Amino acid sequence: MVRKSFIMLALLLVLALTLAACGQATTPAPAPAPEQPAVSEPAQVAGNTLATIKARGKLICGVNQAVPGFGFLQSDGSFAGFDIDFCKALSAAIFGDPNMVEYRPLTASERFTTLQAGEIDVLIRNTTWTLTRDTELGGNFVHTTFYDGQGIQVPVDSGINSITELGGTAICVQQGTTTELNLADQMAAVGVQYTPVVFETADETVNAYLEGRCDAWTTDMSGIVARQSIFPDPTAHKILPEVLSKEPLGPMVRHGDDQWFDIVQWTVFATFQAEEFGITSQNIDTFMSTENPNIRQMLGLEGEMGVKLGLSNDWAYNIVKLVGNYAEIFNRNLGPDTPLGLARGLNASWVDGGLLYAPPIR
Amino acid sequence: MTTSASSRSDVLPPPSERYTLLGWFRKNLFGSWLDALLTLIALAFAVAILVPTVRWATTSARWEVIPNNVELFMFGSYPRDQVWRLWLCLWLLALVTGMLWGVYVRRRSFMSLFLIALPVLGMLFTFASGVWVHYAAMIVAGLAGWALARWRPRLMSSVALVGTLLFFPLVILIIRGFSEESFLPGVATNLWGGLMLSLLISVVGIVFSFPFGVLLALGRQSNLPAVRTLSILYIEIIRGVPLITLLFMGQVMLNFFLPSGIVVDRVIRAMVAVVMFAAAYLAENVRGGLQAIPKGQYEAADAVGLSGFHKMTFIILPQALRAVIPVLVGQFIGLFKDTTLVALVGLLDLLGIARGVLANPAWIGTQLEVYLFLAFIYWIFSYAMSYASRRLEVALGVGER
Repeated sequence: MVRKSFIMLALLLVLALTLAACGQATTPAPAPAPEQPAVSEPAQVAGNTLATIKARGKLICGVNQAVPGFGFLQSDGSFAGFDIDFCKALSAAIFGDPNMVEYRPLTASERFTTLQAGEIDVLIRNTTWTLTRDTELGGNFVHTTFYDGQGIQVPVDSGINSITELGGTAICVQQGTTTELNLADQMAAVGVQYTPVVFETADETVNAYLEGRCDAWTTDMSGIVARQSIFPDPTAHKILPEVLSKEPLGPMVRHGDDQWFDIVQWTVFATFQAEEFGITSQNIDTFMSTENPNIRQMLGLEGEMGVKLGLSNDWAYNIVKLVGNYAEIFNRNLGPDTPLGLARGLNASWVDGGLLYAPPIR
Repeated sequence: MTTSASSRSDVLPPPSERYTLLGWFRKNLFGSWLDALLTLIALAFAVAILVPTVRWATTSARWEVIPNNVELFMFGSYPRDQVWRLWLCLWLLALVTGMLWGVYVRRRSFMSLFLIALPVLGMLFTFASGVWVHYAAMIVAGLAGWALARWRPRLMSSVALVGTLLFFPLVILIIRGFSEESFLPGVATNLWGGLMLSLLISVVGIVFSFPFGVLLALGRQSNLPAVRTLSILYIEIIRGVPLITLLFMGQVMLNFFLPSGIVVDRVIRAMVAVVMFAAAYLAENVRGGLQAIPKGQYEAADAVGLSGFHKMTFIILPQALRAVIPVLVGQFIGLFKDTTLVALVGLLDLLGIARGVLANPAWIGTQLEVYLFLAFIYWIFSYAMSYASRRLEVALGVGER
């Protein structure tokens, strides 16, 4: 009898402990009070994303943890990659610390609903900007951070230098993707006859190309480069200069909070502008004594640029100092020193002939 | 003489099945020309597969991806300075296992050697320095538990029972922690990952789906129309939906239904989906056991005047559950492997971590190595469960009575 009541007691304890564990899990952690005096509404009010983030003490960034170079896991358990660095830049702009970010790995199918439902503050997950997504999915795209596009790869010794020279060739392509349609459209546009060899998966497509069953293969540029880095002889292949489709990838925010949209937008612009000014995370402190009024405004030495965004005036300084300018972010994750070895191409600053053009910060 | 000779011929031993090695080959592999042909084809096939595999595994495979990321695979982004808490859970596990062993098995057998050998093997194969200390602590904890149980068997049997029941909630509390300032700083669930997360989701699924499943099975057999209808509705609706759908509902749609400001933890959402799913299937398995009990057992229980509750807990359920052990363990193994689906809703379980590692430019192209490692881990756990279930069946005499 004693034993039985003992067991009943134990069972009750288990139940209580479990409930305690679960109950605790759902209780939000005690959050520090919002630091910004201008904000008087409670933190949960929709449309005041910045206040919510500050009250929470961290930015929640929807990312992809499985795209080579753009988002991946490092051995120490931290996230890294091109998209991740823009999350860090936002965190640096808001908190002056690049690591106040909670990364939320998302799949392609759940990314937009998660953003709509308010579970994440910003979606930076190699998402292509299209009209449908910009309107119907309840979000707004800020400026593009990476111009991807479909490319074609050929062996160097094939002597092919342009898609106009692809006449009569066999091209490996993945079945049922927009890639296949883009290829057909572009080849028809330049009037070149070719034989498409279609495969079910990306792996099969690449293997067929490597086995010599096709003269060329096609997919998104960043995908080609990621694959090329693991070819037996990566230097024996090259990408043709033509881009077959437009895939502008950039951050997305929820409809209805213009201030937050501006913050994300200008964080991206700050990385562009820093590169244009030649400001890097290494040399930024030498610019603190500059006479150039444009640089002084950007770095918060003059004017009230940060306050206009709802941030502190050293927002851009923090972005560049703690994360880097666009060139540093690009080179660190995708550039020539990484296994991906991507060229800047369209993603160069406009002064170098690329598309990155930031409106003036003044 | 003649009689003895004839009697000896009467008791001639049966023809021996023993052959020389060559004889065995001739009988089993080259018995006829067809056998010989099949043997040769199979041999050629095996060689054609094995030789490149072994050559790949020994020369070109980049196995360093595993030791370099072993912490990531084991516990994901869990703060590295808090990892001792996970080890603490393993020490407790060793302690409880040792106690249970001392109380219920009471002898040293091959299995106890095996249990000791596990941490020793762990010591040999650890990639991080200093980890062997933790394994040594596990051995000490296990032996201490066993010695305690042998020292005071009666007291310790109660302690072991309570320890077993408390173990899992305690583990959750240790891993989760409390507020920031306390001795165990809180670790948010978005930092849980790897094998640890896979195991936690599986164990929660197994432990919590069991009582729900049994209740649903009983509900489906109930004489009360409302209870029966609700049970049938639940079981059939959940069984008619794939697990991945439930997971997506939990991760994506839940927030549209809840009032704003209430955010349920993602890991808990996944756990609830897994429990709901497993309970429906478990209910049907248990119902199979219930229906296998002869009607006479029910009638006998009624005849001696047992209440409905006592009839179930003392007569019917013990027999029914024993009969469905193999099915239940099969279901639990399936559940363990099904937890990989949470990777598709963005949780970083073992599979999610593997995808993250494969996207690291340093490890591009190591899919085979990483996925083989994952397969090996899943095989170890699945086989351990299957082995434990066979021992349990023997101990309970399933199929003998």
